[in-house]
Order: sequence, then structure tokens, then C-alpha cells
Amino acid sequence: MKIVMDRAKCTGIGICEALAPTIFEVDDNGELVVLSAEVPEDAQNEVTEAVEGCPTMALRLQS
Amino acid sequence: MSAATVRTGPSSLVVVGASLAGLRAVEAARKVGFAGRITLIGDEPHLPYDRPPLSKDLLAPGAPTDPVTFRSRTELVDDLGVQLLLHTPATGLDPHAQVVHIGGEEVAYDALVVATGAVARGLPGTEGLAGVHVLRTLDDARSVRRALDEGARTVVVGAGFIGSEVASAARKRGLPTTVVEALPTPLTRSVGPDLGTALALLHTRNGTALRCGQTVAAVQGTDRVEGVRLTDGTVIDADLVVVGIGAVPRTDWLADSGLPVDDGVVCDAFLRAGAPGIYAAGDVARWHNVLFDRSMRVEHWSAAAEQGAQAARNAVSPAAAQFYATVPYFWSDWYGSRIQFAGVAGNDGCEIVSGDPADDHFVALYREGDRLTGVLTLNGQRYVMKYRRLIAQRARFDEAIAFARTSAPTRSAATTS
Ligand SMILES: Cc1cc2nc3c(=O)[nH]c(=O)nc-3n(C[C@H](O)[C@H](O)[C@H](O)COP(=O)(O)OP(=O)(O)OC[C@H]3O[C@@H](n4cnc5c(N)ncnc54)[C@H](O)[C@@H]3O)c2cc1C
Ligand code: SF4
Repeated sequence: MKIVMDRAKCTGIGICEALAPTIFEVDDNGELVVLSAEVPEDAQNEVTEAVEGCPTMALRLQS
Repeated sequence: MSAATVRTGPSSLVVVGASLAGLRAVEAARKVGFAGRITLIGDEPHLPYDRPPLSKDLLAPGAPTDPVTFRSRTELVDDLGVQLLLHTPATGLDPHAQVVHIGGEEVAYDALVVATGAVARGLPGTEGLAGVHVLRTLDDARSVRRALDEGARTVVVGAGFIGSEVASAARKRGLPTTVVEALPTPLTRSVGPDLGTALALLHTRNGTALRCGQTVAAVQGTDRVEGVRLTDGTVIDADLVVVGIGAVPRTDWLADSGLPVDDGVVCDAFLRAGAPGIYAAGDVARWHNVLFDRSMRVEHWSAAAEQGAQAARNAVSPAAAQFYATVPYFWSDWYGSRIQFAGVAGNDGCEIVSGDPADDHFVALYREGDRLTGVLTLNGQRYVMKYRRLIAQRARFDEAIAFARTSAPTRSAATTS
């Protein structure tokens, strides 16, 4: 599975980082950095939570 | 199914309140495989929509005034199989008969999630005076937007987060803007007096007049607001008055239910509300947060979303119930700067570990005894979730300070916009 992010929608609120800190990190500019676009096997659950938890629906999973 | 089928759990879920918490509740119930009847009851005419944009994007010049909705009617009704009763206020609850009243009608439930949120407090005596608004609903936001578009001289009553966002929107258009705050320092309850003062500097730096320690003696005008008179006698001319003095949990409809209410529906750690099958979530819920071992009610987006989901999961499979614990988190956008807060503003002081409260970036950590309990950042997006994690791990304050030293600011000049 791959993470697809819509930069126009992301407002850098960081809820994804709170839920999946190994995959997402908000940088100094408040921009989201996806640390690993390919979702590691052991992080599927937290990434799914992050995708669903994003308030602006900026994240999507693509298989 | 034969009549002899053993009942393993509830067969109907009713959710009252069709906003963030209510929506997440119905989604979560289906997601864990609940196949029974789901009814979502909401008093607003609109599909569930997002509130944070109401005081942000929606107030910007030229921005669309359509609500940001989460799901279409088709998705809710056809895909999720939710019976949607919008524009339908619940008027009462009978926990013994297990029914919700809507006017003369009754909706029976096995499991119930109360997600009726909060209502903005108004200024008594200003009802019916044009130009005076609270900001809680889409309709409120559209009225405020219209006034800003017309170039209103703006007075915001209450220097809280929502009011401050309105002040930012007014200043962005260059309108004369005053914020009136009753307390000597703003935001004392949320972030403590020192940092409340620091955040308030954003107002003055951006040309908003801030009048602290003043209350509104009178709102002047006969049909339409003309000005605001403060207790010290000053009169501020105004075409728009936005009242941002907090919100009250919507428990009015529960008055005769016998459900324990104390500034919110009182819940245990599992969001159970003191009568069989009943749970509460979101701004209306006061629950026991085991992470801080205290009862709290928060008005934050992420807590409402998460509680809605957890309350519904617990409601439809009570045997597998899990408690809900969180490090409360919210954000607010003022004058192009982002404020983020996680945790609780502990009583034992705070320490700035990065930046300067008089400047456009800082990170402050709060403590209770030797425990790290909270973090406040201004334009510190990179830091906030890392400290939030430490708070969740019950880190000691000195551990957090040590962490701060190793993650010293790396803000390049390019980041100051
Ligand atoms: C202008 C504004 C800006 C905000 N900005 C931020 C932000 O930047 N960051 C952040 O973290 N949080 C923010 N919040 C807070 C966040 O939006 C709330 O915490 C969240 O909306 C709570 O969701 P809820 O579903 O619990 O309650 P609500 O959104 O209040 O929804 C409750 C729903 O129940 C309905 N209802 C009430 N009584 C009844 C009844 N008897 N019968 C049927 N329906 C009923 C209400 O009409 C409403 O639709 C903001 C809030 C506002 C108003
Ligand atoms: S939660 Fe959504 S909006 Fe927030 S940083 Fe992550 S992707 Fe962006």
C-alpha cells in the first residue's frame, strides 16, 4: 500500500504524525513530510488510523 | 433469525447530534461490523459539516461559503445504511423505556450515543439586535462573513481562540478591530497567564486593539448594533459584534432523563454515561481521562472525532469496551501564525524551551510536580506532536527538557514568512 497525499488539502495540523509518528512528520514550515510512502507491514494499522484521522481528508491509501 | 436467537449485543444504535462526534460514531459502528439499525438525529438542517473552517477559511475574502462536509447523503444513507433524521431536535430521553423523544414521536434504542456538542454563550440582552453574532454554526459564520465583506468595524467580545480567529479575519481585510476581554490576561484558563499574555501580543502586533479587564456594559443600537460601551465608559463604534465567551454543553434536552449532568454528560473512562446502553462523546461529554487521572470536558476537534468512534464501538460491543484516554490537542490560526496546544496547562509553571514569547516562534512546556503535562507552541509545528508523545508516555519534566536540548531549533531564515 502507498500513501497518497494531497498537499493542497493538508494544513499541517499533525494528527497523522500523532497517530503514526514513524511515517509522518510535520516540518518547520508546517508542511507534512511523508517519511515512507510505501506503508511498512507493521505500520498498516496506524497508517490507516492516520488516514482516517486527518481532519482535512488530505491522505489516501492506494494499493 | 429465529426468536430463539441468543442476543449477543445491541441490535439498534441511536446517535443524537449529527456533527463530528455523531458522524464518527456511525462510521465506527459500521466499521466494526455492526449490522443493526442506526439512526442519526440532528437538529441542524445541514449534513454533518466541519466547524474549524467556520472561523478560518470561510471568513477569508472571496472564499467559498459552502460548508466542508464529511460525507454525502448517499454515502450516509446508502453506503452506511444510516437512517438520517436532520432538522429534527431530540426533545427528551427516557433511559428506562430506552427511547429518545423527538416531539411526540419515540425512537427506541438498545445503544445510544449522546453527541449534542455545545452551544455558544451569547450576550444577554442582545437577542434580535442585528450585527451581533456568536460563531458556532454555518449560519453564524455566513452572517459574520457577510458583515466582514461589507467592511464592518468589528468588536470581538472575549479573547478566546474563536474570537481571536475572527479578529484575525477582520484585520486581514484591514478593518478596525477591537478585542474586549473581561480578565486581566487572556486565555488564562487554557494556557496560563504568562503565555496568555504572550499570545495576546499577536493581537497588538497585528493592529487589533486589545482591551483587557473590561466587560461590556451595553451594546448600543436600536435595531442594528452601533457600538459597544465598556465598563470604564469607553464607547467603541461597531457594525459587527462577535461574542466569543465560551460554549455550554447541550444537555438541555436531557433535563428530565435523570442522566447525571455536571457541565457535560458525566461519563466514566469508557464514555459510559450512567444508564444502561448510553454513552457520550465530543464537546458534550465530561469523561474520566485516565492519562491525567481527572475528569475533563474538552472542546477540541480530535477528541470529538476519537470519542465519537470509541463511544460507538463500546456501545455496539460492550463486552469488548475499551477506555478512552488522550492527550487533548487543539490548534488555532491567528494572523497567519499557528498556535498548537497539547495536554493540560499544569499548575506548577512552564518553561520556554525554544524561541521567545515576544517573537513569532516559541515552544513552552508545562509541568505538574515533576511530570510533563502540556506543550504550547507558536509556529512550532515540528515540535508539538513529539512532546505530545512524551506527555502520553508520562515523561518526567526533566526528560522533556533534556529532549528539548537535543532537538534544538533548526529554523532556517527561510522559514520566517
Ligand atoms: C468556529 C469554531 C472553530 C473551531 N476551531 C477549532 C480548531 O481550530 N481546532 C480544534 O481542535 N477545535 C476547533 N473547534 C472545536 C470543534 O469544532 C469541536 O470540538 C467539534 O465540533 C465538536 O464536535 P461535536 O460533534 O462534539 O459537537 P458539535 O460540533 O457542537 O455538534 C453537535 C451537534 O448536535 C446538534 N444538537 C444539539 N442538540 C441537539 C438535539 N437536542 N437534537 C438533535 N441535535 C442536537 C447540534 O446542532 C450540532 O449539530 C472549533 C469550533 C468552532 C465552533
Ligand atoms: S493530519 Fe492531515 S492535515 Fe494534518 S498534517 Fe496530517 S495530512 Fe496534513
